[in-house]
Amino acid sequence: MTNAIELIGITKRFPGVLANDNVNLTVKEGEIHAVCGENGAGKSTLMKILYGMQPADEGVMRLFGRELSFSSPNDAIDAGIGMVHQHFMLANQLTVLENVILGAEPTKSAGLINFDEASSHLEEVGKAYGLTVDPNDLVETLEVGERQRVEIIKVLYRGAKVLIFDEPTAVLVPQEVEELFRNMRELKANGATIIFIDHKLEEVLEIADTITVLRQGKTVATVKPQNVTATDLAELMVGSELPKPQISESSNNNTIALALEEVSVLGDDERPLVDDVSLSVNKGQIVGIAGVEGNGQHELVGAILGTQEIDSGSISLMGEDISNQSVRDRRESGLGYVPQDRQDEGLLLTAPLWENAALGHQTLRPFSNGWRQWFIDKVGSRSQTEMIREKFDVRTPNIDVSAHALSGGNQQKLIVGREMVAQPSVLVASHPTRGIDVGAQASVWQQIRDARSAGLATLLISADLDELIGLSDSIVVMFRGKIVARLNPSEINPRSLGAFMTGAALETES
Amino acid sequence: MNSSMIRRIGLALAAPTAAVLFATIASSIFLVIAGSNPFTAYGDMFEYGSRLEIQVDILNRATPLYISGVAAAIGFRMNLFNIGVEGQYRLAAIVAAYVGASVSLPAFFHIALILIVAMLVGGAYAGVAGVLKVSRGVNEVISTIMLNAIAISGLIAWLVREWQAGGTVDATGANLGIGTEPIDESGLIPNINSWLELFTREIGKGKELTGVLLVAVAVGVLYHIVLNRTRFGFDLRATGINPFAARAGGVNDKRMVLGAMVLSGVVAGLVGMAEIAKLGRFNPNFVGNLGFAGIAVALLGRNHPGGIAIGALLFAFLDTASGVLQVTGSASREIVFIMQGIILLAAVIAYEVVQRYRIREEARMASTLLAGEAEE
Repeated sequence: MTNAIELIGITKRFPGVLANDNVNLTVKEGEIHAVCGENGAGKSTLMKILYGMQPADEGVMRLFGRELSFSSPNDAIDAGIGMVHQHFMLANQLTVLENVILGAEPTKSAGLINFDEASSHLEEVGKAYGLTVDPNDLVETLEVGERQRVEIIKVLYRGAKVLIFDEPTAVLVPQEVEELFRNMRELKANGATIIFIDHKLEEVLEIADTITVLRQGKTVATVKPQNVTATDLAELMVGSELPKPQISESSNNNTIALALEEVSVLGDDERPLVDDVSLSVNKGQIVGIAGVEGNGQHELVGAILGTQEIDSGSISLMGEDISNQSVRDRRESGLGYVPQDRQDEGLLLTAPLWENAALGHQTLRPFSNGWRQWFIDKVGSRSQTEMIREKFDVRTPNIDVSAHALSGGNQQKLIVGREMVAQPSVLVASHPTRGIDVGAQASVWQQIRDARSAGLATLLISADLDELIGLSDSIVVMFRGKIVARLNPSEINPRSLGAFMTGAALETES
Repeated sequence: MNSSMIRRIGLALAAPTAAVLFATIASSIFLVIAGSNPFTAYGDMFEYGSRLEIQVDILNRATPLYISGVAAAIGFRMNLFNIGVEGQYRLAAIVAAYVGASVSLPAFFHIALILIVAMLVGGAYAGVAGVLKVSRGVNEVISTIMLNAIAISGLIAWLVREWQAGGTVDATGANLGIGTEPIDESGLIPNINSWLELFTREIGKGKELTGVLLVAVAVGVLYHIVLNRTRFGFDLRATGINPFAARAGGVNDKRMVLGAMVLSGVVAGLVGMAEIAKLGRFNPNFVGNLGFAGIAVALLGRNHPGGIAIGALLFAFLDTASGVLQVTGSASREIVFIMQGIILLAAVIAYEVVQRYRIREEARMASTLLAGEAEE
């Protein structure tokens, strides 16, 4: 077999981060090659380089033996590389056929689109790779799995020989994952080469022919699935020297800090996104929420914070009903929040650090003062920010640079710091260590642990199962908006937790 | 620290300076094509603009431009595009002129009443667009354009007839024509020639420096304080930078949209006050297009109170000093419109370039720091 892709010595630097450090990757023609690693290990950066979205600082790229360099995804597409994005890039109001040909429309004379040619080409592609979907359906009427198939067909339609799948299973329910894997095997059988980005170990072991593991921007190993276990892979991904999140003795003191009673949130189509959820977090307790992304965790967090209206049920904070309070009232009563996406929901990227430190606490001392706290206290805000910088080890030249300038880990430390110094009674932490380096991760874990000892009630939402099991006093599993299991972290491992998350364990029970 | 401060100021000034320089060169090319000598034309304009009387004209023109620029900037800071300043200030002016003419009060209260009415009307009219956006999701660009049309060719055209002055001649016997009743002398903001004359010789030729200049200065100072020193301003800027983060940080985004829109309208209401003080009433000759010019001035000044002042002065200089070109015939007067357009385009581009450079520079500084620490 020839090599479809060879990446040799790829290095990519971002401010403060070495995203790819001398990475090597060899993908044989006609295989499914999984690239796995933790969030922030450099998988996405590597794929962006391969797909021409970013140039590498150093290194060589070969496609079927030919040395290439791409300056845009168009170059990559022309060379026969296609990307199936995690977040679908489809126009909902158009049909499948229109979406597939969008940007590569075959034309007749006078610039009219040749739909006949397009649909016959689409049919050929579908037949050749065993993918079926009705070309005349509107995309908005399709299920998630079908939309993904449209994305795949779109890539194949443009003549891709090498397909990159960027965490394709993140948005799928288990049955759809099986369907996807069937499709991937079909593609392989028909000669396509697949690069599969993922960090779910069971899936990787099931589908891949070869696995390359990245850690902290470096290639640590290339292995065959038959020679390794999930535990081996996890160790390769995490590295044995990694500080494990480990909780000391319980400091749970049985005072309920946060309580949700039968909370439901309905989506636009009246389908419940959060379905009758009841849970409570005691002072000094960490309750973890496990679940595959998109099973209602995001809406649940919004409901607690107040950005998402609830349709029924009630939420109370330190015994006080906050169901109808504004976000500001809830935050003033002691609700801390670490958002799942620090840049989207946590920071004012173009504002200086000291203003970012005030965000969410601007109604309280020392960030504001005067009559009804109407005035920003610049001196107080700045000294508080200096304190956060010192205590939480935020690496920055000064507190006047914009948040943009910091690396992800330092941005995250700033956010965790500003929430912690406000001494909340309840902290909602959504993926608090996503995409940050191990050093920052260890520091965030330590902060959460210390706050727990001091009596903080924490609701922890995470996709990192080791983090969940290691930090939580108790774990609930969300599946399709419902709490489907309440588990004791000392009695489970990532594997058994994973079974609950995909609903597999439930089906065997019932 | 000191050198980094100088750097920052230098960077802030680099963009507008480059824009003006570029616009001058580009306009020169147009002048040459049109068969004029650019040096003579610019020379004429500078010579004319250096006369004290003309400088008074420039300040008089810059005053409403500045207020209008601040009104637009308040919206911009929150990513709200209030195109409705035009309609807001004209509607505010006619109602204020009408109310001002129908009462007689001591000067202080009379002037205060007129200003307050103007601010209320401007704020209320802008508030309509705010309510539409918050309750129905109507884009403020669309609604303010519509509201401009309703105000200018609808409401004002009707009100001018409705409130037509009863007499046909004013106190001096001059013909009144179409327009509202004249306001008593006590309601007119007096000129501040004496203030300027503290520094200069006497201003002759019947020129008056508008007292509204002081209102403009107050607006600028308040704008700076509210935006940078108050929590309202913090919430407003936060929403402008990242509405999702602001929301998670407890900012009520709907209330902020309404608040920013109304505040923008309140300031817009003051734009017509210099003209009211000059004419003593509202009539069809009332100065127009200040709202649109204000948007340009706000863009040029980067929504910064000082920057908007410089932008307003520059545009006022070009508007005023170009008058001399008709007299000397060294170039066509319309060249200044070309210049203003090019300055604006060049400024927008230059700001973007400098902004990107600044972000890269900061990121580089932060990573150098990290690298330095790693070596230790």
